[in-house]
Amino acid sequence: MATVIVVTSGKGGVGKTTTSASFATGLAQRGYRTVVIDFDVGLRNLDLIMGCERRVVYDFINIINGEANLNQALIRDKRVESLYILPASQTRDKEALTKEGVERVLNDLKQSFEYIVCDSPAGIERGALMALYFADEALVVTNPEVSSVRDSDRILGILASRSRRAEQGEPPVKEHLVLARYAPERADRGDMLSVEDVLEILGIPLLGVIPESQNVLQSSNAGVPVILEDGSDAGAAYGDLVDRFLGKNLPHRFITSQKKGFLKRLFGGS
Amino acid sequence: MGLFDNFFGTSTNKSAALAKERLQIIVAHERGGRRGSGPDYLPALKKELLEVVRKYVPVDQSQIKVHLDREGGYEILELNITLPDEEPRSGRS
Repeated sequence: MATVIVVTSGKGGVGKTTTSASFATGLAQRGYRTVVIDFDVGLRNLDLIMGCERRVVYDFINIINGEANLNQALIRDKRVESLYILPASQTRDKEALTKEGVERVLNDLKQSFEYIVCDSPAGIERGALMALYFADEALVVTNPEVSSVRDSDRILGILASRSRRAEQGEPPVKEHLVLARYAPERADRGDMLSVEDVLEILGIPLLGVIPESQNVLQSSNAGVPVILEDGSDAGAAYGDLVDRFLGKNLPHRFITSQKKGFLKRLFGGS
Repeated sequence: MGLFDNFFGTSTNKSAALAKERLQIIVAHERGGRRGSGPDYLPALKKELLEVVRKYVPVDQSQIKVHLDREGGYEILELNITLPDEEPRSGRS
């Protein structure tokens, strides 16, 4: 039975697409047939982050409207086997995303995939609501910053009231916190919300902490999901996150600051 | 100042605590709003109460306010009816 996972946040720019790309890639790396869908109609970017922007021919809306079939629109990842990308439409408006259409496409995908990752757009409008409506589980991407935490709480409210599971009285969407762009030194110094602070406010289980890292920008420049970057903190953190999602019990890394030596404090800056 | 703070590993800047406090307040408020905007029976309750009151006093739809609040372990149902200043006797008693 396929599992539908939405990657959502409310606020923009917190790392939804980065997380979707690495999470889906990680699941596929571990042998699961995985598809990642871009729900950001009009502002698609997952294709760029995945490095397949020049291979987009048909998109999600084309399939909903019956202008193409799934096999024509799905882009097969060239690095990881059993990973497919379904891009959003760049030209249509988000009204084209109908509940019936989305449901039909998801049901078709469930025939051939084990995990369906839905990359939500920012905001709480149609695209975002459609991305979360059919979800079984949710990765709520949050930055340790007031507006992001507040928006995440709002999204949790919507998951609990406006998802299909909520409307049909089924068991609720399983929520996971992904705390991204975390800087342990700043949290230690008291000028950034700590992991514990965010957990206390949002009250959902922590799936992973992704450290603020230069590798994220570098890998997006190159169109390679950061999880594939060997030796990067953020990539390793995403690897742990995927393993935890699949049931491994791993301790959280990258949540405590490296002790700095005397000279580094003096010259190394913060 | 920056170098000084950095060197001794101390900082007077504890803005995270302030952020947490502000968030806890606003998030609690917004969650309250989500649920407090109503158990499903609230609109019906309001309508029926209004009908009962109208049997005796002519009040307008806008003159009745039903408010549900949570405090500690209690839920407070507040009912506020503004009676008209001078009742023109409506004949019905």
